[in-house]
Amino acid sequence: MEEITLLIDGREVKGKLGQTIIEVARENGINIPSLCYHPSVSKTGACRICLVRVNNRMLRPACVEPAINGMTVVTEDEDIVSMRKWILELLLSDGDHNCLYCDADGDCELQSLVKRYGVQESKKEEPKRERTVDNESSRGIKRNEYRCILCQRCVKTCREIQVSNVWGFSERGFETRLIADDDQKIGESNCVMCGQCVQVCPTGALTYQTVLGRGANWELTKESSICIYCGVGCKVDFYKNREGMLVKALGNYEGPNNGHLCVKGRFGFDFVQSPKRLSKPLIKRNGAFEEATWDEALDLVAAKFAGIKEKYGPDSIAALSSAKCTNEENYLMQKFMRAVIGTNNVDHCARL
Amino acid sequence: MTNSIREIPLSAGFFVIGSNTTENHPVMGSMIKNAVINNGKKLIVVDPREIELSRYADYYFQIKPGTNIAILNGFMHILIKEGLYDKAFVETRTEGFQELAKTLEKYTPEYVAEICGLNNPEDIPKAARLMAELKPMALYYSMGITQFVSGVNNVKSTANLQMLLGNMGVPGGGVNPLRGQNNVQGACDMGALPVSYPAYQPVANEENKAKFEKAWGVNGLSAKPGLTIVEMFNAAIGGQLKAVYGMGENPVMSDPNQHHIIEALEALEFLVVQDIFLTETAQYADVVLPSCAFLEKQGTVSNTERRVQPMHQVLPPHGEARDDWWIIAEIAKRMGAKWDYAKPEDIFEELRTVTPSYAGITYGRIEKELIQWPCPTTDHPGTQYLHKDRFSRGLGLFTAIDYTPPAEGTDAEYPMILTTGRILEHFHTGTMTRNSRILDELVPEGFVQINPNDASNYNIADNEVISISSRRGSIRIKAKITNKPKPNVLFMPFHFYEAAANVLTIDALDPACKIPEYKVCSCRIEKIAQ
Repeated sequence: MEEITLLIDGREVKGKLGQTIIEVARENGINIPSLCYHPSVSKTGACRICLVRVNNRMLRPACVEPAINGMTVVTEDEDIVSMRKWILELLLSDGDHNCLYCDADGDCELQSLVKRYGVQESKKEEPKRERTVDNESSRGIKRNEYRCILCQRCVKTCREIQVSNVWGFSERGFETRLIADDDQKIGESNCVMCGQCVQVCPTGALTYQTVLGRGANWELTKESSICIYCGVGCKVDFYKNREGMLVKALGNYEGPNNGHLCVKGRFGFDFVQSPKRLSKPLIKRNGAFEEATWDEALDLVAAKFAGIKEKYGPDSIAALSSAKCTNEENYLMQKFMRAVIGTNNVDHCARL
Repeated sequence: MTNSIREIPLSAGFFVIGSNTTENHPVMGSMIKNAVINNGKKLIVVDPREIELSRYADYYFQIKPGTNIAILNGFMHILIKEGLYDKAFVETRTEGFQELAKTLEKYTPEYVAEICGLNNPEDIPKAARLMAELKPMALYYSMGITQFVSGVNNVKSTANLQMLLGNMGVPGGGVNPLRGQNNVQGACDMGALPVSYPAYQPVANEENKAKFEKAWGVNGLSAKPGLTIVEMFNAAIGGQLKAVYGMGENPVMSDPNQHHIIEALEALEFLVVQDIFLTETAQYADVVLPSCAFLEKQGTVSNTERRVQPMHQVLPPHGEARDDWWIIAEIAKRMGAKWDYAKPEDIFEELRTVTPSYAGITYGRIEKELIQWPCPTTDHPGTQYLHKDRFSRGLGLFTAIDYTPPAEGTDAEYPMILTTGRILEHFHTGTMTRNSRILDELVPEGFVQINPNDASNYNIADNEVISISSRRGSIRIKAKITNKPKPNVLFMPFHFYEAAANVLTIDALDPACKIPEYKVCSCRIEKIAQ
């Protein structure tokens, strides 16, 4: 693809023909704020928070404005700042954006921008719409319409990533609102609870049921791993709180999943911290399990395997390895059976 | 998969057969939906049930369970008869075409429709013509192709079709089995199979034996292929097998013919189960070893597209649970092995030396790079798609295959067909998902899907608990009336121990690869007397 050169904030940067200004800027580490724009879905060009000055003249939305060779872009100046403040004030004037009561506090793009641009609470009395809060109908997803800024990220995500087309807009103009299917509660709609809309929501309009009461966003730490379920191998960012409890799972954009997860990858990880987990070796004595030390259990297993091998030969022992274990563990299991026991009786659930 | 997930946008169309992709591989299902619904790509679906993808398909064939070969042959019959196949590809890249063509002669649309129970035979030529236009078309399949006594022949038939269409060795094409567990690909690659060492090097080969004896510093490795899972349990009942070491597997729930499996476990002298929960299988164990769950361990896994990815430790181990590799190594050491592994990377460094397809992969590289095997050297970028320019054996071999029926036919006593599978919210034997609060609340109990026609014949109401029996056992389960299965076909997920589908399934095996026929058995349903 044809390479182009732009001057952004006085810095010469490279991009490709066909990219928009915001894409070139972000690839080069230049942050232009956005609310409706999200790199994983098609461009909306609705919120105007990404306005930049092009060629020292007009203000253009960086998310949809094509980057052109030789273009000069200023991402922030006095006019742009006042424009962004004004947009933010308008967004805040409707709904209810009280961060104290919001699950997204500390992980909210609207909140970050309000802080960045020092926007104060509006003194004017604005008309307010009646909205709805639905914290109960879905087991995975909560919605609070008072925090919705109609950016359409959820609509596009449900249309282009999950492709379930649950979210959509109803009414027009000031009355516009986000609805699920033909205005169902989210838990009663065709939502399959992939939770991707929550992952891209820039405010607290959509949040996960799992996060409530599990610590503030800035207390969470994350580590990536690979989902345990099917063979797609989705890369997942797991978040845990200060007490070490898992709080949420977000799709990582570098994995084969491009950031997407399904309901199992999103909500199916708490089994790891289930109190029903096995925590000590068990040895069955007189028909009942008794707790044992690792040494007792391992000595017993080794002695039994050795005895059975001695008495009946190596082919009297078999192992079931596991498609839920790592390559290293599977390698070691087959090596154990072949090199230590002396049999090829090793298989796993590939056929099951 | 011969090809890669990121090639989905490169396909002109998709042929999905025996894969309920949106429920079993949902993220890829969504990618296919996006290509079809939002980008106008074509879709052909063959499945015994109306699945979500069948709603978006240009052509959909609701075949009788177990008749895949017939419909695949039906498509190929048209491609050859109308001269629509990729002649250049067939001439230069394949052999065995004549025999194939001869076998296909009788697979006319009418003949195929008869075998498959289709009422739209006229769509077979139309779908075949569409396939010929799609350059390239990707074929996706899953257990709806493999879990039959004809599993190997089903797979070969999918390869026949894709070679005939010239869709092999090109980005966006390929034969793409979707693997159902996060490291089933890796477990196979690592030689957790009775017939092969790592990288599919046969055990019944003197050279390989010598190679691994040298690598592992041992003598007398067995060259006799071992037993597959189902054969193991037969051998336990037969008295030849005395001990089983089970790691992270739950055969009581996952294997066919549950009563038979339980009988086998009870016949064993010694059973060790290494798992994260006291599973249905662990109940029968003599020793249970608590192991780390996936978020508590480090290591690598290989996904369905052969991509090797790092797993990072997110949480400390639960209680006294230990890593599976540590447990195996401790048992080995107690049996005299001189093993010395301090961390998973030590094992990976060793396995690279005996697994040629992984030789170029390192922990350092996969943190930064997307690498798919084969990756023979550390400066090799990995392989996005297989069979470019040549197949591993040189020319691609067409195998002439005739349709063969499932092991168990229906009769007056067991007049209905049962097919089993997974649902979106649950996974395999339920050990993980049924211990995940939200997933278990979403679908807390098992069910059987039944066509309204059958429900009416048997006077069954929606959500009524009915009895289902096969020659192997009987269970009680809630009936869900839906048009998804066709009349006389029942579908049941196998995640629920309270109503375990595998009490009913048949342990008939494919003669070559020993996969059980989970997808077809005969059964009968009965109302439970009030």
